[in-house]
Amino acid sequence: MRREIPLIITGLVGIVFVVQYFIPHWPFNRMNAWFSDWFSIVQACAIWLGALNLLKISLEKIARRKSDWGYAVVIIASFLLITIIGFVEGESFRDPGTRFTWLYDFVYTPLSSTMFAILAFFVASASYRAFRARNFEATLLLLAAFFVMMGRVPVGDALTAFMPEGWRLTDLATWIMNFPQTAGQRAIMIGIALGIVSTSLRIILGIERSHLGGD
Amino acid sequence: MPSVVASITVEDTPNDGGGAVTVRWEVSADELSGGVNRYVLYRSTSQDGAFEEVGDATSNATTFIDGSTEDGVSYYYKIVPLPKSMIGQPTPPAWVDAARTAGPVSSSAQWFDWRRINVLVGVLILCVFIIYYINQAKAGKKLFIRKIAGLEAVDEAVGRATEMGKKIYYIPGTQDMDNVQTIAGVTILGRVAELAAQYETYLQVPVSRSLVLVTAREIVKEAYSKAGRPDAFQEDQVHYLTDDQFGYAAGIDGMVVREKPATIFFMGAFYAESLILAETGNSIGAIQIAGTGMPSQLPFFVAACDYTLIGEELFAASAYLSREPKLLGSLKGQDMGKALILIAIIVGLLLETFGIWNFSRLFSVIQ
Repeated sequence: MRREIPLIITGLVGIVFVVQYFIPHWPFNRMNAWFSDWFSIVQACAIWLGALNLLKISLEKIARRKSDWGYAVVIIASFLLITIIGFVEGESFRDPGTRFTWLYDFVYTPLSSTMFAILAFFVASASYRAFRARNFEATLLLLAAFFVMMGRVPVGDALTAFMPEGWRLTDLATWIMNFPQTAGQRAIMIGIALGIVSTSLRIILGIERSHLGGD
Repeated sequence: MPSVVASITVEDTPNDGGGAVTVRWEVSADELSGGVNRYVLYRSTSQDGAFEEVGDATSNATTFIDGSTEDGVSYYYKIVPLPKSMIGQPTPPAWVDAARTAGPVSSSAQWFDWRRINVLVGVLILCVFIIYYINQAKAGKKLFIRKIAGLEAVDEAVGRATEMGKKIYYIPGTQDMDNVQTIAGVTILGRVAELAAQYETYLQVPVSRSLVLVTAREIVKEAYSKAGRPDAFQEDQVHYLTDDQFGYAAGIDGMVVREKPATIFFMGAFYAESLILAETGNSIGAIQIAGTGMPSQLPFFVAACDYTLIGEELFAASAYLSREPKLLGSLKGQDMGKALILIAIIVGLLLETFGIWNFSRLFSVIQ
């Protein structure tokens, strides 16, 4: 029964979700919202599982002096600091001027932005590797990228200003983005959509059981 | 007073969950000369009763959906065209009395949204294909499945980590268990964990969602048991980092740089963190296999990883790795669906080229 009950629940919920898309009548028109609410409630309760797991692993690391245990100290200190301040501030913890908001605005946001900003450098290094003209496909990629990039900056237009409208770098970049790029992307998206339908059907029918912890 | 609308019709709004009536009208004769600025709609439950304002529409509109009706109650509607000079002022009752009346009409909920019939037909055809090929596979028919380089390399990637005596990292994306890509990701995790258990290589799974933590842990535990190594499973192998997107990326980047795993798998739904993770893995020389259904992140994985499962290949991975006939049958059915779409695209292309538009309209979908 340990495997059968989750399978039955999964199958029933899956079928209900498919059916509710086609039936606008109550209660089907409310089911999407109900299931979303239930999922949010389960998710909110489950956050403690994650938080406790993080604390347990970090405490064990410190207790056993495992390698890099210093980072675990930072994790626990940060975790306790933000949690305690959040509880102390009470219901108004997100109001402007609270200590919680200060930590959010001046510690969390800059750290998050820093991580996001690193992306720019990673794009540069990944592009350098991807655009090396090693073979025919890579050369094609390099040329497409070159024209799209040049077509997206003012200098591209300035260089081809003498050409008739419709033949400038901006137009070439727009053509590449609108036709070959969109066609490729749509092909991938059709494949993904079919993959999702197929996977969903396997799960609903109980053929795919690996996500329940085994075949 | 502008001349009244030429005609007014009302109907229960089709394909909805009730509570709405659609009102249509032909514009007032004074609209062309600019004598009408807005149309104000009035509603009453009796033809001679008091009409109350329920909304308004701009001068060029000819349709209004009154979404505040009670199902089963009969309503009458009137439309009063207003000139610009009357905007913001109460409408004279004589103008309301003089307006044409339409009704009675009552709203009701429908049991089927006919605008989505094409989706239903499409899904049913695909389901028939999938179920047919699953049955074929069950009956023992051999099905040809093309090779997927990224999945062929899973053994090699796990083997490399074993030879080097280093860890394997498995990142199941940043989304929760309600995302089908995460489900696909943790499904592949089971196969990878089984291999890791057989090779006695340490597999580490840092996750960003609590529900993924519970699911992934159960899957890895089961895989170790299946491989005959339940004793080798450690609960800490699957651990939670944070729900925060960039916090998660920072945490994994730190661990990757410090521990230098030999192999990293990225399987699931990723957003902007994809390249941050994959480039860091690339910088330490790890063999990387990625798979995602996020089209915007695929180029990043292709650029930074050794193998990338593109879109549908992620969803095919479980069947491909297990080689279970029933799962392979569903893959074949999926391929037949793809062939059907390809034929529809070619037919649509030809018909559109020759000015026949109706075929492509069959594929329009109401969200």
